[in-house]
Amino acid sequence: MAKIGIKVKVNGVERAAEVEPRLLLVHFLRENLRLTGTHIGCDTSHCGACTVVLDGKAIKSCTIFAVQANGREILTVEGLEQDGKLHALQEGFFQEHGLQCGYCTPGMLMTGYAFLKSNSNPTEGEIRHAISGNLCRCTGYVNIVKAYQNAAAKLREGGA
Amino acid sequence: MIPRSFEYFSPRTLDEAVSLLQKLGPEAKILSGGQSLIPMMKLRLASPPYIIDINHIPGLNYISELNGSLRIGALARESDLEVSPAVTSRFPILVDTTSVIADPLVRNQATVCGNLAHGDPANDHPATMLALGASLVAVGPTGEREIPVESFFTGLFTTALQPDEILKEIRVPAQAPSSGGAYLKLERKVGDYATAGVAVQITLNDAGVCRRAGIGLTNVGFSPLKAKKAEAFLAGKALDQSTIKQAAELAAGESQPIDDIRGSADYKRDLVRVLTTRALTRAFERAKGGA
Repeated sequence: MAKIGIKVKVNGVERAAEVEPRLLLVHFLRENLRLTGTHIGCDTSHCGACTVVLDGKAIKSCTIFAVQANGREILTVEGLEQDGKLHALQEGFFQEHGLQCGYCTPGMLMTGYAFLKSNSNPTEGEIRHAISGNLCRCTGYVNIVKAYQNAAAKLREGGA
Repeated sequence: MIPRSFEYFSPRTLDEAVSLLQKLGPEAKILSGGQSLIPMMKLRLASPPYIIDINHIPGLNYISELNGSLRIGALARESDLEVSPAVTSRFPILVDTTSVIADPLVRNQATVCGNLAHGDPANDHPATMLALGASLVAVGPTGEREIPVESFFTGLFTTALQPDEILKEIRVPAQAPSSGGAYLKLERKVGDYATAGVAVQITLNDAGVCRRAGIGLTNVGFSPLKAKKAEAFLAGKALDQSTIKQAAELAAGESQPIDDIRGSADYKRDLVRVLTTRALTRAFERAKGGA
């Protein structure tokens, strides 16, 4: 099948590639760009491990074709850290022990990144609703909620 | 999981998309949000040789109000419903519905029109649109036509859309004063399809009597169902407890569930009764001006 040329801005860098139309965005990120921070979990649109931010919205990169991202902007977990400084959410997960095995963490971070931009002072209920498409089998979510709250507070103070 | 190979088209106008459908034939599939189509392609339950991606067609991503009626364009996302002032202020039933569809990440991509065009009786908007009396605008080679939602769902994964037609817009009619609605769904976990779901939209007259009732049922039949007997029974009645109870029993009788992993047919039928009772009660509260 004929390949299609796409141009995508990933973590601020313009990337061009020729891809098969059936290539999923998550495979494009991991295999073509070697950005393996974005994980493949269930591969069936349930778990959210593959979450990335596409034009400001958190989406599941296993359920969109790379060609659909043509001309658009993507942020992956690799793009959170700036100038050697962790993003407030990464700090929050570190300080509140928001992970154990870490498999869901990239997805949790990217969902949180988009969510805290739209809601800077969320309630616990709003956080739990926001992460309802991201499954964690270790933490029971308690420390993930705390990590979001920790990051939200830092971001409100204008840090990170 | 990797889908079978396909040829990809990205038209820039609806006319171009319709021409492609005509040229490529019934095996071509429209890609909008892709949150049902892509999983099916990955599982190889569907292997369309041609994909027509309508996401680059400008002017289809809107939710607008026209004299109280609501227009939802082909590319309006589920998550757009949750933040649209027209929807949150006048159509809380749509907020109820979208908030229990899949999860927030899927809703950022999934489209409202796609939820209908897919023709899946487990999808949630069909019941709600049946309750609201919506109509659907299809565009094809000869132009546009408006299809009442009652005649849209013709069977399992089958709709009144012709192979060369695209669902362009949903039109929800203006609701008279003292109207209210609610959608209730039981799901085993976030992201699951409904074990059963019930949508209710009612309009009261000045005396508080039910003038019109619309009731739609999710995932209790081979297509989305309209509980016509319960609707007819409610018209002209005061919504006291006994009336609500009888209407709920009628709706349960109109459901056609089957035994599956989500429960037995008997359990689901009883669930329709319980959810109809609760949805009618909430719709009544909202019609009277409560939350």
